[in-house]
Amino acid sequence: MTNAILTTDIRTSGIKKKEKVYITTLKRLLKNKLAIAGIIIILVQITMAIFAPIIATHDPVKQNLIASELPVFSEGHWLGTDNYGRDVWSRIVYGARISLLVGVTAVSLGLIGGITLGLLGGYYKKLDGIIMRVVDLLFSFPGILLAMLIIAVLGTNLVNVAIAISIWSIPTCARIVRGSVLSIKEKEYIMAIKSLGASDFRIMMRHILPNAFAPIIVFGTMRMATAILSTASLSFLGLGAQPPTPEWGAMIAQGQAYMWTSPHLTIVPGIAIMLIVFAFNVVGDGLRDALDPNMDIQ
Amino acid sequence: MVTLSTKSDQKILLELKGVKKYFPIKGGILKRVQGHVKAVEDVSLQLFEGESLGVVGESGCGKSTLGRAILGLEELTEGKIHFRNEEIQDLKRKEKLKFVKEMQMIFQDPYASLNPRQRIGHALEEVFTMHTNMSAKEKRSSVIDLLNEVGLKEEHFERYPHEFSGGQRQRIGIARAIALNPSFVICDEAVSALDVSVQAQVLKLLKTLQEKYQLSYLFISHDLGVIRYFCDRVLVMYLGNTVELGTVKGVFANPLHPYTQALLSAIPRPSVQKNTNRIRLQGDLPNPADPPSGCPFHTRCPIAQDICKINKPDWQEIEPGHFAACHYVGTKI
Ligand SMILES: Nc1ncnc2c1ncn2[C@@H]1O[C@H](COP(=O)(O)OP(=O)(O)OP(=O)(O)O)[C@@H](O)[C@H]1O
Ligand code: SF4
Ligand SMILES: [Mg+2]
Repeated sequence: MTNAILTTDIRTSGIKKKEKVYITTLKRLLKNKLAIAGIIIILVQITMAIFAPIIATHDPVKQNLIASELPVFSEGHWLGTDNYGRDVWSRIVYGARISLLVGVTAVSLGLIGGITLGLLGGYYKKLDGIIMRVVDLLFSFPGILLAMLIIAVLGTNLVNVAIAISIWSIPTCARIVRGSVLSIKEKEYIMAIKSLGASDFRIMMRHILPNAFAPIIVFGTMRMATAILSTASLSFLGLGAQPPTPEWGAMIAQGQAYMWTSPHLTIVPGIAIMLIVFAFNVVGDGLRDALDPNMDIQ
Repeated sequence: MVTLSTKSDQKILLELKGVKKYFPIKGGILKRVQGHVKAVEDVSLQLFEGESLGVVGESGCGKSTLGRAILGLEELTEGKIHFRNEEIQDLKRKEKLKFVKEMQMIFQDPYASLNPRQRIGHALEEVFTMHTNMSAKEKRSSVIDLLNEVGLKEEHFERYPHEFSGGQRQRIGIARAIALNPSFVICDEAVSALDVSVQAQVLKLLKTLQEKYQLSYLFISHDLGVIRYFCDRVLVMYLGNTVELGTVKGVFANPLHPYTQALLSAIPRPSVQKNTNRIRLQGDLPNPADPPSGCPFHTRCPIAQDICKINKPDWQEIEPGHFAACHYVGTKI
């Protein structure tokens, strides 16, 4: 009997069917032309990475000294060959796989570490002091130096490059997450879920983290650019991928000696690095703009 | 509508004994504690089974803090809280879980109190996940029952909080609060943010639920009109102190404390004549970090005498069930 009265405000309220947050975000992102360009570049890299064996025309490490240093648009080697006669296009394609793999690994590890520290520090006042001290310490090392130090300790290979870059991402990520946690934990819905008896773990994982998602995804995207660039830089310096691995940075390092005779050996991987770094940066920027109005729905 | 007077056979559900809550004020470079906001100052009272106890007072007088302290969301500075004769103020979270089922809260801002990233069906299911071993199916059907109970529909299950109107969101808040069959619910300004017409509907729902489930309410509001309509008893607070407590009938007919008299005189009356005998309080609300000496109300009380500045009046039972704290209790201003 009461239900008739009770439901009146439902009928008069005029509920608007609203889309899910991520669809709205995607729509906004796709209004940004630079971001679209970025997304396309990233999709191309992902496709190259996944289908490398199909897309590559040659074995990326197979040498053919008869056909070395072929220029671009040579027959059978549209991006030419390097000083060992390896197909540059095939090396770029496999290089896409390496840079994506190292980037994703480094960023994921960095996010896991940063989110854990940021969540704990932001949520538990008692842990905050120690955690932030550690973060500040990590922060005080210049990024690439820290990475070099870690690699010097762990040894030169791509796995260690990923680890080094991830450790370097932790302090920034921890600070971003901590900042969000500090503001989210004061929200009334956190008080409300506490009053329902939720455990700290549930509060952090189910209620704080999903609401800190926006700055994390923006950071993660931007960090992909940094990670890819750092992987290339470290490999260029000889601290990362070792020959004959078709890593873009290592390719530039090798091509250096042939700068004047075969400039495409440095320019092609250089453009590849530049494009993908640009892509992740503009998509990160676009995401920030697209997510911003949603970060706090009201 | 049941009107409960203070019958002697009423069972005490909740009892506060000398409850205090001070918030430290930190300042300076070293973040030292420089003082305390005395949000709740020495509150003792009993709440009976099935009653609605209204709590009224100006903004900042400690109403919400009192409610949160009862639920254990704020650590007490001092005092004891008994629920069904068990001391609950020092329990650890695990031990407190059984009381969590019994004591719930409906928040002022129904939007702010719902996680914006959680579908409301899942928000309600979560309550069962935390406290029962129900299967996914059972949870879903319980949630749909709950939605119907508060006048919402099954189709609302998949929606996010921003897809609802204010009144509907408060119904969701209510559904979540009653999900575990509590016996005591704190309504912290539960209808204040709503339009008057929606307010009436939500109040009606709260009343219906009270009768159906024998709920007790601690009903925090700054609206005396709503309290008169909704509550059996009323507690008046000023600067963290309780200044008067009694049945709604008793307090509205015969307010004993000057502050209560001033509050009551400010209720708009639907009369043609101008409300000439409205008592205007002088001065501002004092800072709760630096409360006045003696009677906390003396800086604004029209009948304050010298003794009021020195001695704090005792909290006494003036008439059966009617308490007040004033040296000149019952003097009309
Ligand atoms: N977490 C806190 N830290 C410091 N001071 C606080 C905190 N919470 C509340 N206070 C202070 O305690 C006093 C009482 O606040 P409370 O929110 O309980 O008042 P209220 O009666 O509910 O007011 P309102 O009607 O505006 O909701 C206020 O002076 C407030 O500034
Ligand atoms: S004790 Fe004195 S100051 Fe306080 S309310 Fe009573 S008369 Fe006023
Ligand atoms: Mg309040």
